[in-house]
Amino acid sequence: MRQFRLPLILGACLAGTLVLAQNVPELSGPASDPMEPVPAAPLEQYVTDDVRLMRAYPEQPPIIPHSIEGYQLSVNANRCLSCHKREHSMGAGAPMISITHYMTREGQMLADVSPRRYFCTQCHVPQADTDALVGNSFTDMSQMGAASAGSD
Amino acid sequence: MRWIMQPLRWFWRVLKTPAGSLGLGFLTLGGFIGGVVFWGAFNTALEYTNTEAFCVSCHEMRDNVFEELSHTVHFSNRSGVRAGCPDCHVPHDWTDKIARKMQASKEVWGTIFGTINTRQKFLDHRLTMAKREWARLKANDSLECRNCHSELAMDLSRQAPRAAEIHTKYLLTGERTCIDCHKGIAHELPDMTGVEPGWTVDEDLQGTAHPGPRGAEEVQSHLMQAAPG
Repeated sequence: MRQFRLPLILGACLAGTLVLAQNVPELSGPASDPMEPVPAAPLEQYVTDDVRLMRAYPEQPPIIPHSIEGYQLSVNANRCLSCHKREHSMGAGAPMISITHYMTREGQMLADVSPRRYFCTQCHVPQADTDALVGNSFTDMSQMGAASAGSD
Repeated sequence: MRWIMQPLRWFWRVLKTPAGSLGLGFLTLGGFIGGVVFWGAFNTALEYTNTEAFCVSCHEMRDNVFEELSHTVHFSNRSGVRAGCPDCHVPHDWTDKIARKMQASKEVWGTIFGTINTRQKFLDHRLTMAKREWARLKANDSLECRNCHSELAMDLSRQAPRAAEIHTKYLLTGERTCIDCHKGIAHELPDMTGVEPGWTVDEDLQGTAHPGPRGAEEVQSHLMQAAPG
């Protein structure tokens, strides 16, 4: 009996591996042939009506109501700031970026846009009139019966 | 001095003396046909150097500017109209084209001596080259843009309100030209520090004083008026 112990353990290990291997999730997705070309969904059109939308909550970065197709945002050029920066907002008729963009993390005021605010599309995005990818049950806090400060 | 003048003098004598053995018909017809062949060859060569294939035959163009162009709306769009290199960088009219071609002979020099033959050299020169193109388009009132785009054919009601407004203000009045605002539409931009966008309001229109009383003197004059004596 003793002489069969080692092959038995090894056999059990092999069987166990085979069983567990069945449960490894497919990392390449459910498609039978992962290299098969799949048709792309049509691109959504940007909302470009230039109408400023209400924010869903006070801290929400305002969304971009115009197309930003082909706008260059790199270390060399920032197309967004060429209109929305304080110096250019008058000529372009664009809303100036908020005062918080001229502050450091500690609230210290700066002469120019803070480097941490430079990449606009990190927070501000254009919108498309389409179904949400993930469902959500967001409710505006004003609809939840939140009383305004000082009203009580 | 003599060795320069002697061949020239000989050449002038040949030109001046009437042809001894060649017929008038041969000379006139030969001259005509020779002219046609020369002109045809010249124009063919000119047209060949005016193609996108010729531009991207150099790696400086193919790996930098052409590669960047290929992501933009002037290369691929819904209506399938494409603007290639010469459409924007070479004037269409003959005299302007020849003038541009003569300027471009400097680019041959650049190719031979490798002025921008690496990516880093290209990036270092990008601002200089971009400024040269902006100045050229500014000087000819964005001629190459206007070969296709015309403000007469522009339906402002089909533009976004923002675009219509700014076109009315600057383009229709002739105050600014296309390139003033539309920089970097076909290639990546150089370091734009200090390059003002086209819609920048002139210094003298920005105003120097705040509205309202202009300080102590004005307030004082009002007070004096209110309480005479």
